[in-house]
Amino acid sequence: MNIRPNRSAWRVAAVVAVIGLVAAACGGSSPKTGGSTASTSSTNTASAPGITATTITIGSHQPLTGPAAPGYSEIAPASTAMFKYVNAHGGVYGRSINYIYEDDGYNPANTATVVRKLVLQDNVFAIFNGLGTPTHEAVLSFLQTEKVPDLFVASGCDCWDNASQDPETFGFQTDYTIEGKILASYEQAHYKGEKVGYLFQNDDFGQGGVKGFDQEIPGSDVVSRQSYDATAAGLANGLGNQVSAIKAAGAKVVMLDTIPAATALTLLAAAEIGYSPVWILSSVGGDPPTMGGLLSSISKGKAGASLENGVISASYLPSFSDTANPWITLFKSIHDQYDANEPWDGNAVFGMAVAYTFVQAMQAAGRNPTRADVVSALESKGGSFTGPGLVPFGFSSSHHNGYVGEQIGVVENGAFNMSGPVYRTSDSSGTPVTTYSGTQPAPPSTF
Amino acid sequence: MLRAGPLGRPLVRHLAVALGLVVVLFLVSGVLSSYNNFQVALISSYVIAVAGLSLLTGLNGQISLGHGAFMAVGAYTTALLEKHQHWPLALVLALSAVTAALAGLVTGLGAARLRGPYLAGATLALAVGLPELTIKFTSTLGGESGLPVNPPPPVSFLGASFDPNRYLAWVAILCVAVTLVLLANLVTSRFGRDFRAVRDDEIAASLSGIRVASNQVLAFVVSAACAGLGGAIYALATGIVNPAGFSLVLSIAILTGAVIGGLGTLAGAVWGGILLVYLPRWADSLSNGLKLDKAISSNLALGLYGVVLIVVILVFPSGLQGALRQADRALRSRFRSGPGASGAGMAPGPATAGPVAPGPGAETS
Repeated sequence: MNIRPNRSAWRVAAVVAVIGLVAAACGGSSPKTGGSTASTSSTNTASAPGITATTITIGSHQPLTGPAAPGYSEIAPASTAMFKYVNAHGGVYGRSINYIYEDDGYNPANTATVVRKLVLQDNVFAIFNGLGTPTHEAVLSFLQTEKVPDLFVASGCDCWDNASQDPETFGFQTDYTIEGKILASYEQAHYKGEKVGYLFQNDDFGQGGVKGFDQEIPGSDVVSRQSYDATAAGLANGLGNQVSAIKAAGAKVVMLDTIPAATALTLLAAAEIGYSPVWILSSVGGDPPTMGGLLSSISKGKAGASLENGVISASYLPSFSDTANPWITLFKSIHDQYDANEPWDGNAVFGMAVAYTFVQAMQAAGRNPTRADVVSALESKGGSFTGPGLVPFGFSSSHHNGYVGEQIGVVENGAFNMSGPVYRTSDSSGTPVTTYSGTQPAPPSTF
Repeated sequence: MLRAGPLGRPLVRHLAVALGLVVVLFLVSGVLSSYNNFQVALISSYVIAVAGLSLLTGLNGQISLGHGAFMAVGAYTTALLEKHQHWPLALVLALSAVTAALAGLVTGLGAARLRGPYLAGATLALAVGLPELTIKFTSTLGGESGLPVNPPPPVSFLGASFDPNRYLAWVAILCVAVTLVLLANLVTSRFGRDFRAVRDDEIAASLSGIRVASNQVLAFVVSAACAGLGGAIYALATGIVNPAGFSLVLSIAILTGAVIGGLGTLAGAVWGGILLVYLPRWADSLSNGLKLDKAISSNLALGLYGVVLIVVILVFPSGLQGALRQADRALRSRFRSGPGASGAGMAPGPATAGPVAPGPGAETS
């Protein structure tokens, strides 16, 4: 064994010290703005971290690569397009919105890293539309500790509605349980007494949906409950076993809480064994352009988008294919101007709608808002926001859940055609599914 | 002179070096931003895990593609202990290492019977399979969404406003120091000699009276314990444990870090840990800066990772630490006559200390 002269130990220490100091000099903390209280004057101040007289900087974690990227990677570019449009039309109180989104590859460990970078290094005002349940859960408590507004999480988990424990966090989309209740009450209205099968993803998403189904469908009608794990291994062998079991149990209606890839595998497996029940599908798993691509790529061209025809689903936003809706007309023109490289589909509508809602929140928070101001503005005024959504948000001082209902629609030749009443309800089993009679306003001509 | 007296003994010498480094890093952490301190903690978790793997592969000749799984064992132990018990942090960290060591013992017993690609395959199965257990035992282990881990609150005398990331960096640095001192001593002890003997020639080692199998199991246990401690720090830093965080990619990243840093050297583990944190970010900002098509830019980071790995292996087969040592030796022979002191690694000797001749594989590639 070589004996290392002790001098080299000191040399190592010295080198480490120098490297450390250089790193500190390069990566030194940028000065935090903020601290000043909201003022009602008509001049813009740097009222909070991430807010200057001319800009609002927000950040997000998005799956730009990895298993969740197909489809979902289009959302942040669509939001960016909406912000560019708003910025070009005067911004929010004259401030332009600067949206930084980082790729987390749908890996929660990466989410933890990139969100810390956004908050501690980039000094963003808020985290906006962070995507995914497991990923966002990784930063939930961090954002509360740092008191960073955590606005409009892109996940239908009911875990974002926890106003006392997670006061900074607000949901956006209709949660899986509310959606499950609405889909199941439609089933009860149209196929009462038929045998029903469930196929769901074995996690928060699927279990949340099933919780909703079970509140509306009598247990005696449910003849088969099948699930799968949302892992590469869980989907590698297709869903033939699950679909066969549901068919063998004699189900005439199948309730699906499945991601797009699993929906495609289900429809293909059913087509192979000549099984054609009524499919009732979560809004998560049915975007027709995404499905069409998946169906033809999984079946190697033998099947296509037409296999999804007749599938019943629901949505809280107008359908991308509803060209008569003025919001869709506006969004499509923004898409064509600022986001033309990305496909035009439900993900684009989602990205723009959530960005629009952020603009509304910032307008409600006042000219020179603090971080706390935007949270209290959402609690006091968010419940009465109207916009691209078909139903109101559930925001109040005691609830932070997003949209509270959905409208039913049918997939037809690559389009999603919605019709009939808009329904609303809540997670709790005592609340019945009721009809929502409010109307959607036309989009504003200016901002 | 310092060299005389107690400082001549390895343990004392290692402790002195470690103490110096710890003091310097503690001071530096006050200058760093909160985010940089978080990165220090993350780097530390990788350094500990990479050092463990480096010992196993570089010193004992056993390959493992499953160290991400041992990190998961340590991380979940921390998460579960934090959730159900309110034990001191030091105890939680120690128990996380012990649990991972037990997992390493079981794996090591099997691994000692396997060689080369078979061992790689078996440990690969561990990396793929173990995280799936969390989905099977959802009620205990939290399934896909995992378990939250609260960062350790700074000890009370530091004051309520003390930055938790800075405190975490302190804890992490201390763990790195303790691990590296223990490993450095293990390496210079009889066990380290036995490890190398087994790596170089199992038959010769057993003829010299070394019990090859138990020696290999011991290396696995030590290595897994390191990964477990690294995993515990990782869990405290990221604030969550879930299966997606401990995928096969992590296992391969640890091995990559060990190879790029310099297999079998403790200093190399430090380089490896730093690279594992910074390389993806650099690659990311490069691919963002170039404004490439999405299909290319989303894969560029991974591609760059591969290129760095290939270049390092071709140009510096003994890793960054080997390259530094070469440069050091070249400088010394220029400015000083007389024999240069040899390296700071844990595997001195011709195999890694000098420029390694590229093997036939490298020449043809």
